[in-house]
Amino acid sequence: MPQSAAGSIAIEPIFVPAIPVRELLPWAIFGGLLMLLAIYFVGAEQGATALIHGRGVHEFVHDGRHLLGFPCH
Amino acid sequence: MTRTLLVRGMLVGIVAGLLVFALARCIGEPQVERAIAFETGMDRAEGKAAEPEMVSRKIQRGFGLLTGTVVYGAAIGGIFGIVFAFARGRIRIASPRALAALLASMAFVAIVLVPALKYPANPPSVGNPDTIGIRTAAYFLLMAFSIAAMVISFQVGHRLRSHFGAWNASLLSALLFVVIMGAVCHFLPEFDEVPAGFPVTLMWRFRVASLEMQTVLWATLGFLFGWLAERDSAWTQLRN
Repeated sequence: MPQSAAGSIAIEPIFVPAIPVRELLPWAIFGGLLMLLAIYFVGAEQGATALIHGRGVHEFVHDGRHLLGFPCH
Repeated sequence: MTRTLLVRGMLVGIVAGLLVFALARCIGEPQVERAIAFETGMDRAEGKAAEPEMVSRKIQRGFGLLTGTVVYGAAIGGIFGIVFAFARGRIRIASPRALAALLASMAFVAIVLVPALKYPANPPSVGNPDTIGIRTAAYFLLMAFSIAAMVISFQVGHRLRSHFGAWNASLLSALLFVVIMGAVCHFLPEFDEVPAGFPVTLMWRFRVASLEMQTVLWATLGFLFGWLAERDSAWTQLRN
């Protein structure tokens, strides 16, 4: 049985039921969009593109943006 | 259930963001300060006036950095929670702790490691402002390709399992990921915008600090989230 060779990460046939996609989707869409927007503001706003005029957001999160690895300026 | 996992992901992400902030203060900020000093010296040598400070350095390395790491941590954590909710019961791993660790390590490779190998983090004074548009686009495009390649390789690996066994299937899956990303990186543009005379050791330390911060973020997410999921009584009830 090849599955028993998996070692510490046990692969078992018995399982918790998966959460149906219909139940997941609203959370994934609204939550996901909100999270991506947050990442955009930390990582890219007022760099290549700007939703808000000026340089305030960019300057405020400046150090975090550099250190988290986003292209900054 | 999805809501619980989303909120839990965000909370774990906030904890991770706080840890990343503490680490950034210790190992990241000294490099940022040195890079800014280099930039100031370079501007002065060219006879350019110093850039006016819109936000003071004190705020940038304090509250600004804290906001950046915590918001980023919470957002990444929230997405992690949603992905975990989807993977639960779909990826056939019995222990939620192992599932969280597996997801976090795959995400770390796809979102941090691969993009960092092609487009590593740059300290202030590195990078031409004129190319910020194309650099940002290339960076996010690479990240998108990397995530897609990870999902595809994982699926392929899963299909190969019955043929080749778990070990060989995982190796083939990893090989597929490396080949896809090697090709993608080959076709994406290269940027070499390091100013002459920029200290090499400073560059190295900055990039290592950046990677260390990301490692702490993803390790906290994977292990803390997994630990909480393991304790989850709902999970145990479902399993029994």
